[in-house]
Amino acid sequence: MLGLNRKDTILMLIVIALTLGAPVLLNPFPADSAMAQFNAGYPDLMQRFVIFGILAIGFNILFGLTGYLSFGHAAFLGVGSYAAVWMFKLLSMNVVPALVLSVVVAGLFSVLIGYVSLRRSGIYFSILTLAFAQMSYNMAYSVLTPITNGETGLQVYSNDPQYLLGNGPQVTHLFGLEMRAKAVVEMGGWTFDFSVGYYLAAIMMLAAFYLSLRIFRSPFGMMLRAVKSNQNRLNYTGINSRPYTLAAFVISGMYAGLAGGLLASMDPLAGAERMQWTASGEIVLMTILGGAGTLIGPVVGAVFIKYFENIFSKINEHVLHGWFGWLPDGVEDVVTWILARFVGEGWHLTLGLLFMLVVIFLPGGLVEGGQKLARLLRRSRPDGTTPSNTPAE
Amino acid sequence: MGILEIKGVNKRFGGLQALGNVNLSVEENTVHAIIGPNGAGKSTLLNCLVGKLIPDSGSVMFAGQSVLGRHPHEINQMGISRVFQTPEIFKDLSVFENVLIPCFAKRDGAFRMHAFETIEHERDIIEQAEAILADVNMLEKRDMIASSLSRGDKRRLEMAMCLVQEPRLLLLDEPTAGMARADTNNTIDLLKQIKAKRNITMAIIEHDMHVVFSLAERITVLAQGTPLVEDTPENIKGHPKVREAYLGEAQV
Amino acid sequence: MDAIILQILNGLDKGSAYALIALGLTLIFGTLGVVNFAHGALFMIGAFCAVALQRLFGLSKTTIDESQVDFLGNPLKVQTPYLESWFGHDFGQALIDWSVPLAILLAIPVMLAVGYVMERGLIKHFYKRPHADQILVTFGLAIVLQEIVKYYFGANPIPTPSPAAFRGSLDFGVLVGFDANVIIYPYWRLVYFLFSGVIIAAVFAFLQFTTFGMVVRAGMADRETVGLLGIDIDRRFTLMFGIAAAVAGLAGVMYTPILSPTYSMGMDFLVLSFVVVVVGGMGSLPGAVMSGFLLGILQSFASMNEVKSLLPGIDQIIIYLVAIIILLTRPRGLMGRKGVMEE
Repeated sequence: MLGLNRKDTILMLIVIALTLGAPVLLNPFPADSAMAQFNAGYPDLMQRFVIFGILAIGFNILFGLTGYLSFGHAAFLGVGSYAAVWMFKLLSMNVVPALVLSVVVAGLFSVLIGYVSLRRSGIYFSILTLAFAQMSYNMAYSVLTPITNGETGLQVYSNDPQYLLGNGPQVTHLFGLEMRAKAVVEMGGWTFDFSVGYYLAAIMMLAAFYLSLRIFRSPFGMMLRAVKSNQNRLNYTGINSRPYTLAAFVISGMYAGLAGGLLASMDPLAGAERMQWTASGEIVLMTILGGAGTLIGPVVGAVFIKYFENIFSKINEHVLHGWFGWLPDGVEDVVTWILARFVGEGWHLTLGLLFMLVVIFLPGGLVEGGQKLARLLRRSRPDGTTPSNTPAE
Repeated sequence: MGILEIKGVNKRFGGLQALGNVNLSVEENTVHAIIGPNGAGKSTLLNCLVGKLIPDSGSVMFAGQSVLGRHPHEINQMGISRVFQTPEIFKDLSVFENVLIPCFAKRDGAFRMHAFETIEHERDIIEQAEAILADVNMLEKRDMIASSLSRGDKRRLEMAMCLVQEPRLLLLDEPTAGMARADTNNTIDLLKQIKAKRNITMAIIEHDMHVVFSLAERITVLAQGTPLVEDTPENIKGHPKVREAYLGEAQV
Repeated sequence: MDAIILQILNGLDKGSAYALIALGLTLIFGTLGVVNFAHGALFMIGAFCAVALQRLFGLSKTTIDESQVDFLGNPLKVQTPYLESWFGHDFGQALIDWSVPLAILLAIPVMLAVGYVMERGLIKHFYKRPHADQILVTFGLAIVLQEIVKYYFGANPIPTPSPAAFRGSLDFGVLVGFDANVIIYPYWRLVYFLFSGVIIAAVFAFLQFTTFGMVVRAGMADRETVGLLGIDIDRRFTLMFGIAAAVAGLAGVMYTPILSPTYSMGMDFLVLSFVVVVVGGMGSLPGAVMSGFLLGILQSFASMNEVKSLLPGIDQIIIYLVAIIILLTRPRGLMGRKGVMEE
């Protein structure tokens, strides 16, 4: 189907099913049950899943395939958001021009940064991208205030020109379909929200995923993996690696721009903090956590991080006491005290630890970890047959 | 007029004259060995041919075109392939992908934005790659990750990667360095087969006299960055100057 | 002319901090081959040693003075620092006043210990891993250290004043023949500059004149060969990591009166220090020091009003701009050796 082989078609169909069914699948607990706080099926969170999924898929095309570790990718996210908000301010609240411009601007910006940064490799490349991103961040707060609105952040005001607004909606919409609009379906104790914003972002992510699948299977993708494996040999094989890496850099920059545009489409705001280097670090983390260089890993990483960020931030000491009330008093206090350090405000601590643990113990990320586990389980099957992964030739 | 014409090439590193007025001509369809003691400038000369170094003066013409100032990938596209001292392969890729890449490089040039094509659909290229793997007896290993190959297989894979491009000149940088005798003999056989089958021009830099005299049709002896003498293997063996400068220590 | 001198002086203290952090980064990179993104966190931990000592010294005993009453008519509660009750009022007060410089004594063992644990527990396992992995794991560690400090000390900057004796300013202009009040320079910044000079000199002397230093320098030049000589280079490198951590920590301790420490200060300094290292040349100690001061001074010039009105915002980006230009025109940095980390 669509130029995919059987295995990839199945993978694509699974991803489509999971993405489109997310509003149901992520709400396994009845709305009024105690477990409802673990539900993730509400639009705001699901939108973040797929938008950061796009970001990580794009980053993976650069880092996962070529091995070039950019520490400044958040800059493209920020640029995409600014571009989108400007479209809202100048034209109308329709998201189409906003998304187009955010991709284009991020693309142009990444040509510029990529052209310079890719002249160096290894750690120098990382530091160059970091320097560019920090520079953009600093400029967004200082010289570029007329464009970025500095610390306040860029937003839409009622006296903005909005030349194409007419009688159109005052909130972000897709040809009249408001992003915040949603259909709420109640079934027994369960409540499911089907929101326009989520489905727009989800379709974008599916397109992004399909594109990355095609890139992975293409000769171009193979060249990118060859860059990571042995750039020297590649050059002596008659391939000019520079345009390949630049193309990968720009593609991943455009993915980040799209993600930034989508963030602004869901909530028409753009601030410089989106470009800070800790934000870039988070993108790296998502990709590594899920599994850099794997197809589905980055999305898994993005969902994992955003879900636990959301859940962990909500849990507090009070909630923990509720959970561990059955323990003897002294033990309960100790357990809740320790756990409390990692939840709520302590989410960043958990994030940092997670970062270290993944790099130390699971450099291949969750996807590879899952594969290892699956192989282990298969091997320990009683009949002792071990199905081989590689087709006999 | 040889396919490769090196004229008056000089290269200095600080105070060291690595190459001094090197003149060398490699005739088409011959195996030309360049030998010389350590520090004679063999590797420097090779690096000048492939675009890694640029000589201070002189000219290097390949098939009538200058290679100087060109990038390695451009020189490869002109028809010069290189085998390294330690096999340089794509160690994280499968054996098959290792040979696919040079096939694409030959057909599509140094860059092509083939991001939406699928490798599986490239029948011609796949056939080419399978044929060359069959040639070097590695077809059954096509799905192995290259890093898991034995050293001898890595060498054969690298050779296959170069040959599939059908280069007009194959440069070999000590292809048997650090190999056991058996592996060395295998490599010699492989090169002889290649020579017999494809009638390819080769320039070999080599330390091992056994390899040189098994393969070479012409030999140039470099000493202290300058060609001492160039002749057929028979004449080189008996040449007094060569014995003095080099072979005396190698016990032929 | 006076404006130029003033800007150079203003750039010195920031430059000193950059130089000290960059020195440690270079030592770690040069000896261990590790790119340490947690080095900024070490600077921050040093700064919080000063905060901790200040708090410790401030611990007070509450006594009730029956002879006095507060505005509600209750007997007055008097807070007396333990230090005062133990050592008498004058000496106790002096200790409290001098808590920042005294924190050096606390910071040295703390930083050596932190460095030791970090190297043995984590970094050691990453010598042979790709630089990307080193960057990522130390980045994670930096977040963890930062969050721990945030938990204990809160998110707000904590003022840590210098000793009263250094709170004034030196009229530097008068000393060199300008009018009074043209070039004034706070005493503490002068102290910081001199202090960093001493530390830098000590590190260089240590590397130059001790056998240990000689081995480390040899190791920086060629790790494998030194390893082949049968010298237990790993143990020495552990100590080197501790020393680099201590240098960063001391830089942090003494910087607290200039910038009230917050948990996130390490990250801010780290990014800049990395740029400093790259500009100076990866693996070059003199390069790191030189470019630290150079960039500090450059930044201070860029923040002059005359410059800013000509090139708005230049003060925010000058360092990055310089780094980008240097990396593109001279990739090994100002004083870097050829071949270090070019691939």
